[in-house]
Amino acid sequence: MLRWIVWRDLTLAWRRRADILSTVFFFIIVVSLFPLGIGPETQLLRSIAPGIIWVAALLASMLSLNRLFANDHQDGTLEQLLLTPQPLFLVVLGKVLAHWIVSEVPLVLVAPLVGLQFDLETETLRILLISLLVGTPVLSLIGSVGAALTLGLRGGGVLISLLVLPLYIPALIFGSGAVEASIMGTAPAPHLSLLGAFAIVSLIFSPWATAAALRISVE
Amino acid sequence: MVAPTLLEVSKLGCVRGDRRLFSGLDLALPAGTFLQVTGPNGSGKTSLLRILCRLLAPAEGEIKWQGEDIRSLGEEYFTSVTYLGHRHGVKDEFSGIENLRISNALNGIEISNERARGVLERMGLAGRDSLPARLLSEGQRRRVALARLLTCGTKLWLLDEVMTSLDKGAIALIRSLIEEHLAGGGIAIVATHQDLELKTGSIERLELAT
Repeated sequence: MLRWIVWRDLTLAWRRRADILSTVFFFIIVVSLFPLGIGPETQLLRSIAPGIIWVAALLASMLSLNRLFANDHQDGTLEQLLLTPQPLFLVVLGKVLAHWIVSEVPLVLVAPLVGLQFDLETETLRILLISLLVGTPVLSLIGSVGAALTLGLRGGGVLISLLVLPLYIPALIFGSGAVEASIMGTAPAPHLSLLGAFAIVSLIFSPWATAAALRISVE
Repeated sequence: MVAPTLLEVSKLGCVRGDRRLFSGLDLALPAGTFLQVTGPNGSGKTSLLRILCRLLAPAEGEIKWQGEDIRSLGEEYFTSVTYLGHRHGVKDEFSGIENLRISNALNGIEISNERARGVLERMGLAGRDSLPARLLSEGQRRRVALARLLTCGTKLWLLDEVMTSLDKGAIALIRSLIEEHLAGGGIAIVATHQDLELKTGSIERLELAT
């Protein structure tokens, strides 16, 4: 069942490839603007890189969150999903997993590449990749709560950012903290562990919250 | 012979916004019943159907399915119910076959390509079952949605204005689907203004007033 949901959403995303690409390009462009604007001051660039790459990842994921439930809501398939004989949080988990694969994994993969513009070392790029790999599921999971709450609202796009971005702050702090630690030459592991803990907590709680929010939104 | 009551509704009330749509609604539907819900626009036909499939919470009253409250049945209740609403739940990006297979799989019924093709052929979509649904007409898309009724195997059908944008042939098809369903001991609750002119089954009417 989970398999079918994931397969369904991945196929849908594949048939609307432009949506995926726009998220990735947004991320690449936002990150690239900073080195271009600041100029070749490697020391400065290196110290701002973790924050900028992470903030760009947060903003890019905002772009795709609207689509998480809105399309299904419009054509009535969301109602049908609510009426399937399995716990709703499983359906939500499947959709969030598909969203992560479609919208976040490409960002994770290009991050080391765009990180090169900030003169980061290989080891730091590796930590950046790991921190995004652990942290982006948080973005999809917490974002799904916001997407469900703002479903069907006019101007939901702005509202969702206001709701969700503050909740991303722990992920931003620990994620960019890990990369910063690696630049400073200290151990990034504590930051990554905290980020992982945050990911697990959101994995446990957000599907329930999203399921409850969906029921309210569909009413 | 008296068929056992499958669906029992008592003192059901519905409030939307600050308006009371209906209250004190009692129903007892045995197997093989067709219930046509009529009433002017805004009288709560859709709300009633959505309450019956738990998409909407009633203001008061209770609904029992085979003697058990539908809220305590949990997800299990959905193995007995199929709801088709205004928005037909057909994905534009998927073909008829994919739509049918996915919606069935999500309800725990895996059907083969051949079976899906056969069902769509009966719905009059032969030769169009592999086209993405966005290339189909409104009526054809609704036929894809209705095709689920042939494979779902549920006892309670809740159909909300399913006859809109359908031609005579499709309406005759729905009639025969519902007649088969009733003969098999199912219940169909249909919100519509059109008369379906069923030939079998026990037919009841519920008129909602404003």
